[in-house]
Amino acid sequence: MNPDASTIAAGAPIEVDLSPVAEGQDIKVFWRGKPIYISHRTKKQIDEARAVNVASLPDPQSDEARVKSGHEQWLVVIGICTHLGCIPIAHEGNYDGFFCPCHGSQYDSSGRIRQGPAPANLPVPPYQFVSDTKIQIG
Amino acid sequence: MSGPSDYQPSNPALQWIERRLPILGLVHSSFVVYPTPRNLNYWWTFGAILSFMLGMQILTGVILAMHYTPHADLAFKSVELLVRDVNYGWLLRNMHACGASMFFFAVYIHMLRGLYYGSYKEPREVLWILGVVIYLLMMATGFMGYVLPWGQMSFWGATVITNLFSAIPYVGESIVTLLWGGYSVGNPTLNRFFSLHYLLPFLIAGVVVLHVWALHVAGQNNPDGVEPKTEKDTVPFTPHATIKDGFGVACFLLLYAWFIFYMPNYLGDADNYIPANPGVTPPHIVPEWYYLPFYAILRSIPNKLAGVIGMFSAIIILCFLPWLDAAKTRSSKYRPLAKQFFWIFVAVCILLGYLGAQPPEGIYVIAGRVLTVCYFAYFLIVLPLLSRIETPRPVPNSISEAILAKGGKAVASVAVILVAAVALFLGSLGDARANEGSDRPPGNKWSFAGPFGKYDRGALQRGLKVYKEVCSSCHGLSFIAFRNLAEAGGPGYSVAQAAAFASDYKVKDGPNDAGDMFERPGRPADYFPSPFPNEQAARAANGGAAPPDLSLITKARSYGRGFPMFIIDFFTQYQEQGPDYVAALLQGFEEKVPEGVTIPEGSYYNKYFPGHAIKMPKPLSDGQVTYDDGSPATVAQYSKDVTTFLMWTAEPHMEARKRLGFQVFVFLIIFAFLMYFTKKKVWADSH
Repeated sequence: MNPDASTIAAGAPIEVDLSPVAEGQDIKVFWRGKPIYISHRTKKQIDEARAVNVASLPDPQSDEARVKSGHEQWLVVIGICTHLGCIPIAHEGNYDGFFCPCHGSQYDSSGRIRQGPAPANLPVPPYQFVSDTKIQIG
Repeated sequence: MSGPSDYQPSNPALQWIERRLPILGLVHSSFVVYPTPRNLNYWWTFGAILSFMLGMQILTGVILAMHYTPHADLAFKSVELLVRDVNYGWLLRNMHACGASMFFFAVYIHMLRGLYYGSYKEPREVLWILGVVIYLLMMATGFMGYVLPWGQMSFWGATVITNLFSAIPYVGESIVTLLWGGYSVGNPTLNRFFSLHYLLPFLIAGVVVLHVWALHVAGQNNPDGVEPKTEKDTVPFTPHATIKDGFGVACFLLLYAWFIFYMPNYLGDADNYIPANPGVTPPHIVPEWYYLPFYAILRSIPNKLAGVIGMFSAIIILCFLPWLDAAKTRSSKYRPLAKQFFWIFVAVCILLGYLGAQPPEGIYVIAGRVLTVCYFAYFLIVLPLLSRIETPRPVPNSISEAILAKGGKAVASVAVILVAAVALFLGSLGDARANEGSDRPPGNKWSFAGPFGKYDRGALQRGLKVYKEVCSSCHGLSFIAFRNLAEAGGPGYSVAQAAAFASDYKVKDGPNDAGDMFERPGRPADYFPSPFPNEQAARAANGGAAPPDLSLITKARSYGRGFPMFIIDFFTQYQEQGPDYVAALLQGFEEKVPEGVTIPEGSYYNKYFPGHAIKMPKPLSDGQVTYDDGSPATVAQYSKDVTTFLMWTAEPHMEARKRLGFQVFVFLIIFAFLMYFTKKKVWADSH
């Protein structure tokens, strides 16, 4: 009952071109049937994410550990609420990040859980920068 | 099932079989001469009602499966087409979908009856636990069945429920992958759910056999909770119980038919008429009403794992009931305190169900926590404590003594409680569709409303014209074929007129012998062509918002009716939220944006659209479409006509549904009366 070969093959890595995404914008791409949010964060969003006392978070993780160094403006997270799997809405909620309409979980501009029933931060998918404007997810 | 039978058939052929397989003796001893307590009330007919419902669900389900396609791209369409094109497909689907709700309604009454009269107590523990197993299997079956139409609620319900298992430490993620058969809910998930949804009812049937077997070994409990002692305490199953159950089923059918023929979407969610979209979560994910109390428990516990454990233990705790409640007296009739706590418990369950349908915020969360504590306290504190401190009233020595003492109590209260429970409990869902701060659409007088409603042919024809000349440039109508225009209950065109209408359209066909696609004039069998080749093209051409397909729009849109309107709606058969909303939206465009509302660039203000900013510009203006029949060429008239037309596209067989419903009701009412008088006659000597 585990995924069959074709499902696994269809889950191969994908490349995403970031050049059309302006600052403050974000795009949603699908990888393995899951929506992946790629946000081009503003200076304000980055500062907010880094100003937080990490130890006070429900799922402590620093912003530095969630983005690639040298590409701090890019946040890449799997857009599936860690509570029960709904899709959070970007640019909503009290933390300049994501808001889940199902049960009210709120994530900050680093995709970390700040408020609501979700137990964990939005997961960061495996990805690397192929060039300055292109990433490979998977 | 109650020991060896001395039944001897008189027919030699049957005797020959009986010597080799004593099946007739089994039936005879279990369902004919089987002694059943004389004092059973109508709450005891729900066993027969449940058996009937299980048979009904299996029968309709097997036929539906013959027409259903379990594929993520085709499932939604196959369900819609089976409703439209299969003979009596609409009836089959309504019977199956409403049947699930009625099945759960009956099982809840059956369980509460067992709870009230102490039917789980020694020697019926195994009987009770088998019942809990059946209930769990029913929940799994009902959930997987709800996923099969592959609408938005199906998809997101499946996502939320399967994700519950990810809360299990260490193995949770692997279990979820096994359930999905992929990296998310998708086609493999739908396939395995279809397979299991077909399998589980037969498992239920198997456990039902065990349940009945255990019942016939231990004997039935009864309202006084004293075991039958002499022959005077019992009556033979046939004809006494058979005819009484028959009357119970007939009454239950009246309620069932009310839903099938008049309120088929009352218990459903409008969002499930929108095809599944993995990229968009509906604003409120609400399970079917029968899961709402458990959903409320899940949400009221702030920790994910604890919430899941809480939800499942709310059901599992029932298995331990025979040992939690150690009171010697079975029936709550003789337990003054237990009786009061029982009704408090029922109220707690209903309120939890109500909260399960509300958004998880503010006072609802706090109330949910209080009630969750109450729910568990009933089993873990109240029942064990009562069995120690309560002084029960004296129990009669025998059933015949109890009957003499009482002298026959009225059963009318049953009907009253039934109706009230239906209205409250089933209706709690209606409030779930929140209003989102928009103005409430004004009600209209629709020709198709009410039990005898019919479509206004003129309005359908004018609405078709409005659709063709205005709406069709952006909105598709993909479930409607040109042949439908000539079908009974539709706009009333002749076959030739429908063919002529079709030939005006260009339809893409092919490939031809050279391998090329080509265009040809439409034929009656073709479906209305969509204005855009795919959703992305539609999105790109309309500023990022894809115009929805209009085939089902009047069923896919709704608005919250609020308490107590949704209860009144059940009796008045009001179900025109969708048409009211569509008609209001078409007339809700205003040039002047009220203060405090900001409309983004490229959007328009609409009074009735949730959030008020709609991407569609004002589509209709006075005089835009010319009417040949002298009807006023105004926006109000256009809106009404096109909404009527879209109601027809959403449910082309509505007239047939209401017509057949009336016939069925006449039959059922006469049948129920006949059953009642037959029952009275049969029981005349036994009371």
